[in-house]
This record gives sequence, C-alpha cells and structure tokens, in this order.
Amino acid sequence: MKTLDIIKPENLVYKRTELMTDNTLSYCPGCGHGTAHKLVMEVIEEMGIVEDTVGVAPVGCSVLAYEFMDIDMQQAAHGRAPAVATAIARTWPNKYVFTYQGDGDLAAIGTAETIHACNRGENIVIIFVNNGIYGMTGGQMAPTTLPGMPSSTSPYGRDTCSTGSPLKITELVANLPGVYNVSRHAVHTHKHVRKAKKAILKGFQDTRLRKGLTLIEIVSNCNSGWKMQPRQSNEWMEENMFPFYELGDIKVDGKMINKK
Amino acid sequence: MAEIKLMKGNEALAEAAIRAGVDAYFGYPITPQSEVIEYLMMEQPEKTTGMVVLQAESEVAAINMVYGAAGAGKRVMTSSSSPGISLKQEGISYMAGAELPAVIVNVVRGGPGLGTIQPSQADYFQSVKGGGHGDYKLYVLAPASVQEMADHVEDAFEMAFKYRTPVLILSDGVIGQMMEKVQFKEFKPRWTDDEIYQLHGNWATTGKKKGRERNIITSLDLKSEKMEGRVHRLMKKYAQMEEEDLRFETIKCEDAEYLIVAYGSSARIAQKTVDLARAKGIKVGLLRPITLFPFPKKQLMEFTKQVKGILSVELSMGQMVEDVRLAVEHKVPVEHFGRTGGIIHTPEEILDALQQKLIKN
Repeated sequence: MKTLDIIKPENLVYKRTELMTDNTLSYCPGCGHGTAHKLVMEVIEEMGIVEDTVGVAPVGCSVLAYEFMDIDMQQAAHGRAPAVATAIARTWPNKYVFTYQGDGDLAAIGTAETIHACNRGENIVIIFVNNGIYGMTGGQMAPTTLPGMPSSTSPYGRDTCSTGSPLKITELVANLPGVYNVSRHAVHTHKHVRKAKKAILKGFQDTRLRKGLTLIEIVSNCNSGWKMQPRQSNEWMEENMFPFYELGDIKVDGKMINKK
Repeated sequence: MAEIKLMKGNEALAEAAIRAGVDAYFGYPITPQSEVIEYLMMEQPEKTTGMVVLQAESEVAAINMVYGAAGAGKRVMTSSSSPGISLKQEGISYMAGAELPAVIVNVVRGGPGLGTIQPSQADYFQSVKGGGHGDYKLYVLAPASVQEMADHVEDAFEMAFKYRTPVLILSDGVIGQMMEKVQFKEFKPRWTDDEIYQLHGNWATTGKKKGRERNIITSLDLKSEKMEGRVHRLMKKYAQMEEEDLRFETIKCEDAEYLIVAYGSSARIAQKTVDLARAKGIKVGLLRPITLFPFPKKQLMEFTKQVKGILSVELSMGQMVEDVRLAVEHKVPVEHFGRTGGIIHTPEEILDALQQKLIKN
C-alpha cells in the first residue's frame, strides 16, 4: 500500500488550514513560530472571516509572516505594528485586525506603541511571541531575556544590575482599562496548542463584539538563538521561562484574574 | 457661490481636508502647526463626513498610523513641524518603499535641533533630497498663501493616488500662522467601501476577497534583483512626475534682467521686492516653484538666455540655491540670500542683496 492510497476523505483526521501558503517556512526547525502562525490562520478560517481580516507583520523573525499567511497583510516598521493596526481598525471598523510581533519588536522599540494602543483599547488582537531573545539578528539580548541568560550581547549572562530585569509587558498592559483579554500560552505540546488556539479564537470573537484589545503572549523557544537542540530548548523553556512567565489567563472579559 | 472665510493657514488646511473627503488624520501637537489637529478636534468631522481624527502618542506613531490606513486604501494625512517631521522620516521612507499614497504636511520652523518655533525654510534638503533612508523622493508642494494651504490638500491627494506615493506639503510657520481670505471648494464625499474595493482592490489590504491573490504592503525585498527592480519602478514614477506634474509660477519675468527664485513665504516677500526694484528701474522677475520636486530645471535653464543673474531667496542659509545652480550649469551667476533662525527677511533686504551680490559685480 502506498502513502497516497490511504489519503482518502474517510481517513482524514487532520487537514492543514488553507490559509497557510505552500511557501517553505523561513523559521528554524523546532521553532514555535510555525505553530503560532497556523493557529491564527485556523481561527480565521474557522470563523470564515478571511475577506475581512488584515494582519500586520513586525520586524524580526516573523517579518515575512505574509509569505506564509494567505491573507491581506501589511509589514510594519520595527515596533510600530500596533500603530499600523490602530489606523486600519479605526478606518475599517468592521474588519478584524491583528498584529503578530516578537518581544524585541513589541517590548523594546515598540513599547510606546504597544502601551498606547492598549490604553486606547483599540479593537485589535495582538499575538506576542516571546522567546526571550532577538532571533532574526542572531541571538542578542531582548527586554525579555531572563536574568543570567546568555545571549550574543550578554555573553556572560544577563546582568540585571546594568541591564534591568526582564520586562513583563503582558502583566503591565493587563492593568490598562482598555485591554479586554490578556493571557499567556505556549505552543510546544498538544495541550498548550489547544489552549492557545482557544484564546486566539476568543480574541477574534471579542473583536467582532467590539470589546477592545486582546493580547495573547506565546512563550516560545528559540533553539538557534539559545544554542540548543529543539527538544532541549523546549525543556529549558519549561524549566526556566515558565516559572518567570507564568502561563494562563491574566485578564478575561475586562476582569483581572486573581492568581494569589 | 463658494464660501469665503478669513482663516489661518493651518485652519484652512484642516477645513480643506474635511472637504476633500479625507478618511483619517493622525497627528501630534507641535508648534507652529497645532491648529491643524485643534481645528479638526473642534469640528468633529467624525460626526459629519466620518473622517477619523486621532491624536497619536508620538509623531512616530502618527506616521505609522498613516502607513496603516494608506495601506488599507484610505485617504489619510498627518501634519507636523520640523523636529516632528524628522521623527516621521523612517515612516515616510517605508511608505515610499511600500508605494503608499498619503499626504504629510510640514509647517517648517527653524532648526537644527529644537531650534525655534519661528518660521523657517531650512527643511528644503530634507524634503526634496529624501529625508529618510534609501533611494526615493517625495512629490513636494510648496504653498505660498492660505488659499494654497487649502487647495494643495486635494492636489496632494490627487498626486498621491496617481503615483501611489507619499506627497509632502512643505509649508512654513508664516503660511501656517498668517490669516488671509480663503475660498473653499464644495464638500467631496469620502470613498465608500465599495469604491475602495473597486479602485484599490488590486493592492490595498482590505481583506482577501475570493478570486484574488492576497495583497501585501511591504517595503522589503531580500532578493537584490527584486529590490533593484522596486527602486527602478520608483524612479520611473519620479521621471513621470517631472514630465507631467511640474508646477511653477512666473511673475513679471517677460522683460526681466535679473531673476529671483523663491517658494512659499519667501516668494510672497520677494514679490514685493520685484515691485521695489522695478520702481528703481531694475527689471527683476520672480520664478516661484510650486512643486519643489519636481523642480523647474528646464525653465531655469531657459532663463539663462535672458537674465544676467539669479538670486535664490530662502529662509535658510542656502539650500534650494544648490538646485538652482545645478539647473543653470554655471551659465549665469547664482547667489543666495536668506535670513535664518526664525528671522524673516524684508523685501528691502532682498533688494539690497540682489544689488550687492549680482548687480555691483
């Protein structure tokens, strides 16, 4: 029996979303970006909103997101995606607008745009992929790099005395009244993928209801930047990133979740 | 009968934007142009034409909002003054690269640095030589009256969409702040959603409709051959602008023996110099570029057959004068005169400079 013989409709248990193009992903093998991309596209496909959705890609590893997402997209200047998305959402109030940004883009150079778009409660979804490093430029220290974590610009480990502590921008913006949903997820296991997708779906559904801004942080690995094997990087992420960047809901339907 | 009003240049520009069917304005306060956003906030066009007006958190955010709305096929503009325009340069470069239509207004004040809030024309280089990074130009309009502050808004949008390029209205603190009578055009409706799908559906990101490829707004081409092709495409547009959309005005040039070249507020002042000179028997004419890019190069070259010398008058230490010199290829003497730092030259000072620099030699 050849492989093609078993590809029959009755045997179909999983189908790749049609909103991912056939272009080969530019991400390193083992990276979480591909899964995060797919989840966003699945939600858009399942909601049937592709004709009314505009995405905004950042500068960073996902600068070429528009090569993989088969939807209308704009590529924004470094850090400015929330400003770009603000204008699209304001001038096309019935559209679904989302940004897809990394931690350098969203939490360093784009801090002002992030905080003010959140504070205005723009009716957009922000997908924030946090891998604690600048991946695209070759593994430099990010605002989210953990204390003591080595990078090419903190080769002896991040020294919090001189570079500050990792910025938990997700918790920070959760306190702003305009922000409706904030949660933190991961995409390295089936369980985490399902939870992340649910949060993304809720974000887009709340956009439809004009509830305000949803920010979904996805803590992900950067095996190349961290100089690890993919599996090792996921283990390292669980052991080191998750205790600091705690997964789960932070704000739901405008209400802060008290975790104690 | 069209309405005639007495208004500040900045206010006239804002009113004209509402009437031109502009979809959105994103700005940030800075003297001497804050009246633009103040007027719009007071008028609340959101309730009449549906125009979005938003005060951004910075000039940087404002220009990137312009990028977003322009990329979604909307008529969108921003305004600022010199230091704020410097901050916008990255976004303007991105828009030029991504071929986005939008209008940016610079009500120039003196620099460098925080400089002064008084008028200046020292942003000429920044406006016509690029400003941001990379191989690009802007179509640059230079209003010289409150009436033109109003008229240039619609003209600018026409050019922005004809060429799918950012257009700069290079005003200055004099034109922005002074009051003159101004006649407005009738209200022009904003494009409907369907009109945008029809007019710009082949490039704007409005949501991927069935039966078409996805639309992508980007200035990135990692393949060098493609990037070079993109730049060549831009250069073709600029060449077409020079052929089809150069604008200038000549005043009393028919018998002129000396030519003053000036734009914006300096052109208004130099107009008086022309009369003062002629009262003294010196035949002076004025060439006023209305577009600074494209620049009236051929016309200036033509004048070398007629005039003995050219004086470039600008509220700067001499920027446009370099383009005048390039245009005339040393066929006649070209000199510069201008005050700077926020000081505005008088018609008499210009005449003195003309006599000392060109006639006595």
